[in-house]
Amino acid sequence: MASIRLSVPKTAMKGEIIELKALIQHPMESGYRRGSRGEQIPRNIITRFECLYDGEVVFSADFHPAIAADPFLTFYTRAVGSGTLAFRWTDQHGEMWSDSATLTVT
Amino acid sequence: MIRLSLALVFAALLAACSPAPTAGTDSPAGNVRSGYTFLTAETQAMQDDSFANPGFLWVDRGAALFEARLNHAPSCASCHTTGLAGIAATYPAIDEASGDLLNLEGRINQCRVRHQNLPALDFESDDLLALTAFIANQSAGMPVSVSTDGAAAPHYRNGRDYFFTRRGQFNLSCHQCHDKNAGKRLRGDTISQGHGNGFPAYRLEWQTLGSLQRRIRDCDSGVRAEPKAFGDPTYIDLELYLSSRASGLDVESPAIRR
Amino acid sequence: MPDHPAQPPMMFSRRSLIRLGTGSVLIAATPLPVFATPNDVKAAQQELFGSRVIREGRVTLKLPAIAENGYSVPFSVEVDSPMTEDDHVRQIAIFSPRNPIANVARFQLGPRAGRSAVTTRVRLGGTQAVQAVAEMSDGSLWSGSARTVVTLAACVVL
Repeated sequence: MASIRLSVPKTAMKGEIIELKALIQHPMESGYRRGSRGEQIPRNIITRFECLYDGEVVFSADFHPAIAADPFLTFYTRAVGSGTLAFRWTDQHGEMWSDSATLTVT
Repeated sequence: MIRLSLALVFAALLAACSPAPTAGTDSPAGNVRSGYTFLTAETQAMQDDSFANPGFLWVDRGAALFEARLNHAPSCASCHTTGLAGIAATYPAIDEASGDLLNLEGRINQCRVRHQNLPALDFESDDLLALTAFIANQSAGMPVSVSTDGAAAPHYRNGRDYFFTRRGQFNLSCHQCHDKNAGKRLRGDTISQGHGNGFPAYRLEWQTLGSLQRRIRDCDSGVRAEPKAFGDPTYIDLELYLSSRASGLDVESPAIRR
Repeated sequence: MPDHPAQPPMMFSRRSLIRLGTGSVLIAATPLPVFATPNDVKAAQQELFGSRVIREGRVTLKLPAIAENGYSVPFSVEVDSPMTEDDHVRQIAIFSPRNPIANVARFQLGPRAGRSAVTTRVRLGGTQAVQAVAEMSDGSLWSGSARTVVTLAACVVL
């Protein structure tokens, strides 16, 4: 069960540009490291991130092995109305993790 | 005549040894600095932002474990109803019941076995790191303050001896890098004073959170000495000495370190 | 080292290997990864953007002057754009001319982003100038780059 940490303001003014931070626990194994016996550790990375604002994707990212372990993102969105911000990560095998936060817009 | 020459040989041998540590010289040259002060501004910013600092992923997980009831065992929170603020700053500490010196990981495992009827957690397992990070973080901002007298005194002395003993193919002691050469460059790095006040720490080199013992083992490997096993009593004695040496520095767990 | 009487004698005596430094033994045991080159960055950009012209400007990349550890380098990119329905950034692609793979990440934005700025942490395989290319809503391409010196840990433990 991957730990997730989100920074989403609880409230915002309508039209305000808010900063969002998303952090997820994941080794982002690049596939270039070798173990203690010299064996190549296979690649295991999150490949896709999406942020949905009431169901609509407002920001997304494609990750390659160069994204550091425990991937961290800061990005922005316009507070258009009260609703749910959903954060979704998918790895190369299709496994998905998600979390969400509520935003109240006045 | 023979006694005099023996005495001279003895004196020569003593002079050749590293200077014996004297009481009251634990602080590296009197000016104790956290590893935080040896980081670049960007890395310091990463530690300071609890949403950028990946160590908090383990703190969150630890908080959940602290509340969880596993196999009908009482949760940690059911006994420690007001939390454990300030406790980590006093570890390692003597366990009154057994008389052993325990570090935080050892105490957590002892609690699990003795009071929760749960198995001990493996060293460096995610769960043990999470609980240690959570409990240590409850002391964040409080000064490190361990007891080194009474039953702790022989452990303190043992840990101090380890710190001053040369080891490994490089034949270096902790003292030589972290007391005498702190602040100087070692390749692209600046040598810190080697305090453990930020541990368990997210170490960039590990790409994950790890314990102080993991760091000590890396130091031993770094001087090409064979590291001891996790949980070795000598390492716990060393942790006590390090904590005493770091007296007054704030607990920073989970810190970011290189 | 274990005793292997059946094997041919070692080229170096153990003592001379230790004198050379244990680093040399480690290099022999671990094959070096193949690194990308600026040409691989061009190929990666062509794959994404075809042969469209990429102009320098409007894209600001921030990397620390010295990266404390190549495993985790804080990185930020900001594009000068009003981020309106008619004039906004569609995507930003990040490239490394020195990592094993030229592609680092790709961010998809749009008018709802409000501000075209992204921060993350990247792995860099050595000192290099990381490059970012932004594609605007009108199809134009703009780029920026930033250089960082990547240092090794003092006591490299494998």
